[in-house]
This record gives sequence, C-alpha cells and structure tokens, in this order.
Amino acid sequence: MAKNPNMKQSTATKLITPLSLRRNLLDRGMTILAFGLTIVGILPLISVLWNIIAKGSPGLTAVMFSKPIIDDGFANAVVGTLTMVGIAACLSIPIGIATGIYLAEYEPTTKVNRSVKFLITVLTGVPSIVVGIFTYNAVVLVTKSLFDFSYSAVAGGIALAILMLPIIALTTEEVLKLVPNNFRLASSGLGGSKFQTITRIILPTALPALTTGVLLAISRGIGETAPLLFTALFAQNWADNLLSPTASLPILIFNLYNDPDPVKSQLVWTASLFLLGIVLVINLPARFLANKQR
Amino acid sequence: MRELSKPVKELETAIQVNNLSFFYGTSRAIENVNMSIFKNHVTAIIGPSGCGKSTFIKALNRIGELEGKVKTEGQVELYGQDIYHPQVNINQLRRQVGMVFQKPNPFPMSIYENVAYGVKISEEKVRRSEIDNIVESALQGAAIWDEVKDKLHKSALGLSGGQQQRVCIARALAVKPKVLLMDEPCSALDPIATIKIEDLIHSLRNDLTIAIVTHNMQQAARVSDYTAFFSTDESRIGRMVEFGETKQIFSFPVDKRTNDYVSGRFG
Repeated sequence: MAKNPNMKQSTATKLITPLSLRRNLLDRGMTILAFGLTIVGILPLISVLWNIIAKGSPGLTAVMFSKPIIDDGFANAVVGTLTMVGIAACLSIPIGIATGIYLAEYEPTTKVNRSVKFLITVLTGVPSIVVGIFTYNAVVLVTKSLFDFSYSAVAGGIALAILMLPIIALTTEEVLKLVPNNFRLASSGLGGSKFQTITRIILPTALPALTTGVLLAISRGIGETAPLLFTALFAQNWADNLLSPTASLPILIFNLYNDPDPVKSQLVWTASLFLLGIVLVINLPARFLANKQR
Repeated sequence: MRELSKPVKELETAIQVNNLSFFYGTSRAIENVNMSIFKNHVTAIIGPSGCGKSTFIKALNRIGELEGKVKTEGQVELYGQDIYHPQVNINQLRRQVGMVFQKPNPFPMSIYENVAYGVKISEEKVRRSEIDNIVESALQGAAIWDEVKDKLHKSALGLSGGQQQRVCIARALAVKPKVLLMDEPCSALDPIATIKIEDLIHSLRNDLTIAIVTHNMQQAARVSDYTAFFSTDESRIGRMVEFGETKQIFSFPVDKRTNDYVSGRFG
C-alpha cells in the first residue's frame, strides 16, 4: 500500500514534466528547416514568373498576333504551335485512349497486357530529343525521298504525338481502373457485351477524369522543343501548307534568343510569356479538377 | 380402371444442376452440387458464411467468369440446354437469367436510363414509345413506380438504398428474364426496405422463377418454397448438404448439420 501513492505521484509528475530543451529545440529547428527549404524551392518558380512577366509584357501588343516573325510579330509561331499540337492530338488521343482501354479492360493480369504497359511506361521516359531524331529518320527523310517534302508541320505533329501518346494511355488506364467494378457486373448481368459496357457505362463515367489526362498531355505537347528541332524546323514567315517548315513558339525562343535585333529578342520574352500563359491556363484547371475527383 | 388424378402442381424444372463443381483457378470452391430450381417457385439457398452460396448462384448465369479464371465440372441446364456449352451466347444467357446483387448498383444515370439499359443494348431494335411502356411496367413490377414516376429523369444515385435496390430489380425485370437470381439482395437494406422486397418476391413468383441466396434463415423461411442448405468443413470446399421443401427443411431436417444450422447451433 505504501507503494501506491508514490507510483501515482511519479505518473502525475511525468505528465506535467516538459520536454527537454534539446528535444524542443530539435523539434522547432526541424519545422523551421522544412519551411525554409520550401521557400527556397519556390523561389526559382517565383523568380521565373516574375522575370518573364516583367520582360514579356511590354511587348504584348495586339499586333503581335497578326504579323509573322519576319514582320516582328509571332502570329505564325502561335498558329504553328496550335496546328502541330492539333495534329498530335488527333493522332494521340484516339490511339492513347484505345490503348488505355486495352490495358484496363482486356485481361489486365496477363503477361501480354503487362508487357504492353511496361513498354508504354518506358516510352514516357524516352528523352524528347530522341523522339525528335527518330521522327526525323522515320518521317522527314522518308517523305523527302517519297514525296519531295521534308521538314513539315505533319512531321512535327507526329513527333509530338509520340510524346503525348503514353501519357494519355497511362492516364486512361488509371482512370478506367477507378470506375467501380459493380457497374461492369451489372451491365454484364443484363447481357451487355464488353464493348457495350465500355462505351455506354465506363467511358461516360470516366469522361471528366479522362479529359484531365488529355489536357495535361496537350499542355506537355505545347511546350516541347527538342522534337520540333528536326521535324518542323522553323520559318520566319507563314508556312505555305502543312507540308513545309513551320514555326512554333518553343523554336522561336530557341532560334532568336541571342538575336542582335532588340525587337527580335523582345519577341523571345513575349513568346515565353504567352507560352507560359497557355500552359498555366490548361494546367491549373486540369489539376484542380483532378484533385477534386479524389 | 380408376383414373389417377393429376397432381395439382406439375413441377417443371427451370434450372437443373448435375454434379456441379466450381473452381477459382485451381482451387475448388464447391463440389458435386445436385439440385433443381423449379419454375415459378422461389428457391432459397442458405448456409453459413464461406459455404459457397454466392459462388453457386453466380455459376448459374456464368457471371463468376468476369472475376477471373474459373473452371466448372458437371452440368447446369437451363430449360434443358447446357449453359456451359461453347456455342451458348453468354449475353443471351444473362438476359434470360437475370441477377440482383448484394449491394445495389444502379448506373450513374437517370432512373429511366437505368431501367431502359437492358432493353437498349439488346439486339432487337425497340421503338422509343415501346421503351417507355417497358420501363413503366418494370418499375411497377418492382413495386416502385409510384415513388419514382415523377422523377424518372433524376439520377438513380439520389434514391435511398432500398429504392435503389428496387430500381435494380426493375432493371433486371425489364429484359423479361425467365429466372431471377438474387444474391443476398436485402443484406445492405433496413428492415422496412427488406419487407418491401420480400413482398415483391412473393408477387413476382407468378411470372418468374426466383433463386435467392440469403444468410437470414427467417427470411428464407418467409419467402421460399424450396430451400437448399450449403455448408463447408475444414477443406473449405462448399457442398450442398440438403435440399427440399422449405417447410420440411426447417421443421424436420434430415441431416444433422442442417438441423444444427436451422436451430442456430452454428453459423
């Protein structure tokens, strides 16, 4: 009995004894370190934004959007980028979504299926310049010998499509796997074929998330430079057609960044600002939607 | 010679199960099940958890095949046709043998679209006005028409659990199946919703054959005409222990295991 009061006392005392100074300082120190490093990490992003907005906005006039580079505008680069990303989208969206459907719905546990997934995942890691060189060999040189045109918007679009395809395919697979299996069982239980289940129930249910994946792929395609270097090349004036060298915003930046003409180097900053703007305008809502889904 | 009077009810068999064994991959889930599911009657399948009731009922419309590699031995005949025959059109089979699942699973569409789904995906083209009629009669058959007739184009997901389940039943009825399989249809529902569905089962029996899996013995005694008792042992393989008229199974079971289960000694 004599033990009890002593034990009670030490438990109570333990409860109110504060942490040692060393522990306290360590705790606080870690918190400060975490916050501090975060700020250091954000600084480059903020300075990039600040820099580009400051240097690019003086040049942002309406006339920019109507004149080609040769006349000190960047209209042809904007049209070029939109055209090539458009071609890339037409190619990569249907093929990417179909691939994603295959990965998610057709025997996803078999070796064949998993091997295809592996290959596509590897494709996401291929450096964009390698994709550019490949397209140069597979498209540019081939069209040169067969049809007499070489650098073209079509070749640029194909290169971008190769980059966008794996992103769309993998996002589609991920999104389809999230659709509850209940729906598949219910549809099959009513005599629905696999095709009917996929087109009438699964795709419509997954559509918002699919759109997000496509938007993110497009935003990647808009900003890529290396694949366009050897495929679409560049043009100071309006392109004749889809089968000739075409300007694009990233290549404009690449080509004119140390041009002696101050008007041209101002173009570079304005083009950077515009490019950044497009990418943000696509990315922010897309990521916002993606987070809302969860 | 005195003429023998015909039996009052001639029992026709809707589904005949002969020596059915079912495997998930290589592991045997149920073994040597023999029973008949009689036309226009309600057959209950009872037994403790893990005894293979769900596996068995899913083998009757081949929906187990969606969940992975499966194998069967033995036969399941629907009106005399072996349903595992390679030439069987599996989609047609599932239209003839409908299914209601444990957790209500309406599609994320309007109530109308849910019920019309089965009709719209069938191979025959059906006119829009005809679909309206089918939807209405299916919802009436599922005893939910009055509750939803004013909101047919609202999402089915906005209904309560019991209502969703009745919409799922309507959805299954819309394709006019011969047999309706119900896998513990009331286990996710409250008692009031359960009563509504049990009443529904009573009224449906005139047009349909019903097989219902339930872990609720009292429910089986309430709704069914025939009962099959499944059980398992250390081997984890499910077997059908006894099959007979519900009255007999619950009052004078033949097998000791059946007796132990229905008197609550285990399960």
